[in-house]
Amino acid sequence: MENANRYAPWFFLFPALVYFFLLVIYPIFGSFWISFHDWNGTTFQCADGRSLLELNEDESCRRVPVMTWVGFENYERFFKKTPRDFERIKDYWVGIFMGESVRWPRLSVETKVLLNNIKWLVLFPAAIPIGLAFALFLNQSPTWVRITKSMFFFPFVLSPAVIAFVFQYFYDPAGPLKGIYSALGWSSGLIGDQNKATYGIIAAGWYPQIAYCMIIYLAGLTAIEPEQIEAARLDGAKGWKLLKRVILPQLWPATFIALVVTMIGALRSFDLVQVMTGGGPGRGSTDVLARYMYHKTIFDQDYGYGAAIAAILFVIMLVFIAIFIQQMIRRDEET
Amino acid sequence: MFPRPIETWKPSARALYILSVVIVLLGWLLPLIIISIASFMTADQLNSGGRGLNMPSPFSVDGWTIAIKNDEFRGSFINSFFIVLPVVAISVGLATMAGFALSKYRFRGQLIIFAIFIGGNFVPFQILMVPVLRLTQDLGIYNTKWALIFFHGAFQTGFCVFFMRNFIAQLPSELLEAARVEGASEWKIFTRIVLPLVKPAIAALSVLIFTFVWNDFFWSLVLTPASPDGMLAPAGLSNIIRGRFYNAWNVMAAGSMLVALPPVIMFFLLQKQFIAGLTLGANKG
Repeated sequence: MENANRYAPWFFLFPALVYFFLLVIYPIFGSFWISFHDWNGTTFQCADGRSLLELNEDESCRRVPVMTWVGFENYERFFKKTPRDFERIKDYWVGIFMGESVRWPRLSVETKVLLNNIKWLVLFPAAIPIGLAFALFLNQSPTWVRITKSMFFFPFVLSPAVIAFVFQYFYDPAGPLKGIYSALGWSSGLIGDQNKATYGIIAAGWYPQIAYCMIIYLAGLTAIEPEQIEAARLDGAKGWKLLKRVILPQLWPATFIALVVTMIGALRSFDLVQVMTGGGPGRGSTDVLARYMYHKTIFDQDYGYGAAIAAILFVIMLVFIAIFIQQMIRRDEET
Repeated sequence: MFPRPIETWKPSARALYILSVVIVLLGWLLPLIIISIASFMTADQLNSGGRGLNMPSPFSVDGWTIAIKNDEFRGSFINSFFIVLPVVAISVGLATMAGFALSKYRFRGQLIIFAIFIGGNFVPFQILMVPVLRLTQDLGIYNTKWALIFFHGAFQTGFCVFFMRNFIAQLPSELLEAARVEGASEWKIFTRIVLPLVKPAIAALSVLIFTFVWNDFFWSLVLTPASPDGMLAPAGLSNIIRGRFYNAWNVMAAGSMLVALPPVIMFFLLQKQFIAGLTLGANKG
């Protein structure tokens, strides 16, 4: 009995654990290892050191990649132009404040990619308050409102690639927004213009994300005890004051989940950029770390550099992952 | 309830509310309405300035028939089911066992292991890309659907463990203790007591995982780039409209709707399970 209890959990855990380690945990270390190397992704040799050409016709061997150790070179390469570009951006803003007519500086692709990721991190979370507004708007019980809720929510189940196609059509210069574009003088449309494209893609990303935040908040609103709201109403609280003092604090668990999922979603943005602009127009005007890494690896066959970009993305993401895990475990210990 | 139930509102306010819901809803669905209209236009109309807010003239189902008749796209669409369903079975199955272990036993390393499953579920795909790619090449399953099943099965297990562990933790432990006192084996406790109780969680998880995996785009590009009948439908669609049907907006519109259809049908049929799955953990407990 005692023995059974000691080994039983490992028996149940073992398959999932091994499988998950092999395909999710071990690859993380693998990528870090590659990021310290130069490798074109196609050169291999046998595990015992022979080259593949030395093999006889009918012989085979375990292939291992031929990589050159380069230390932190890939990381240095990524950040090499960062100080210079930072200086240029500073000069630009100084110029703006002095009232000079300055032009946005030329930046390296790496800097553009980082700036685009920052734009995503700053703007994508707007989906949270919008989702909350929708939730408050639709938190009613008649059947027709309930059906409306699902109509608001269902864009969430669409594939991001499908969302990308839908908005590619929607944003087309000759598409439904044609009238608005000509009124504004935007001849190449929203995602055809280097300076605007990222914002257009982020707005497309909001579509499913707002739906997600709305449903999280609707669940949160349902979980608030009606007595508490009634008590606050008897105290004379209503409207904004009631929302700020009573409802929002109660919705904190929902806000927390929405925030973490949205931040991670912002950093994960790949599908929309890949389908809508492929990182362009121009060099890297809409590119983000996730897509730039894919491009560098698969198309430029710069596996070491790609792995370094992935590692940078992972480290940024780790902040949010750690916050989430910590909160989950703390909440768990409270109950 | 906040805001106050509309039943208590003045009739004029209620009428205004209904009107505003209709307007906001139409605005919200506008991109989807426009793409469904476009799917019934001819290529000629779409390419000669008809991409605005017009109605199809003439009405045509060309986009739909081209998309359905295209071997590559249809292949990826059908293939999607043969990827998604095994993945659901693998990840939900493994995670139910692991979730049971993590919630109803006490052992060292328990919390760390749980944290790894949660964290792994959030890592960027790019950090896994090359090692997973290499692994599928070494196993000889690169460019086949097995590569996608192999990877997604593992990756989705992370989310499923998170979900199942929290669900099973809420089940009363007394039931298990009682069975143990009567001499039931741990395996029997799992199959006879836990499994029947987690059925709702299995249903909720299955719908979610179905949708997540069906919608994947990145891993098809990485693991099955040269195999139309090995990839998932979103990548299959992207393939044909980047290739043979370049600029065929009607094919793109109809194809997008076809790709969207299975998860949308699934969602409307199993809405309760879907939302229950998604919002678990968003509230206390």
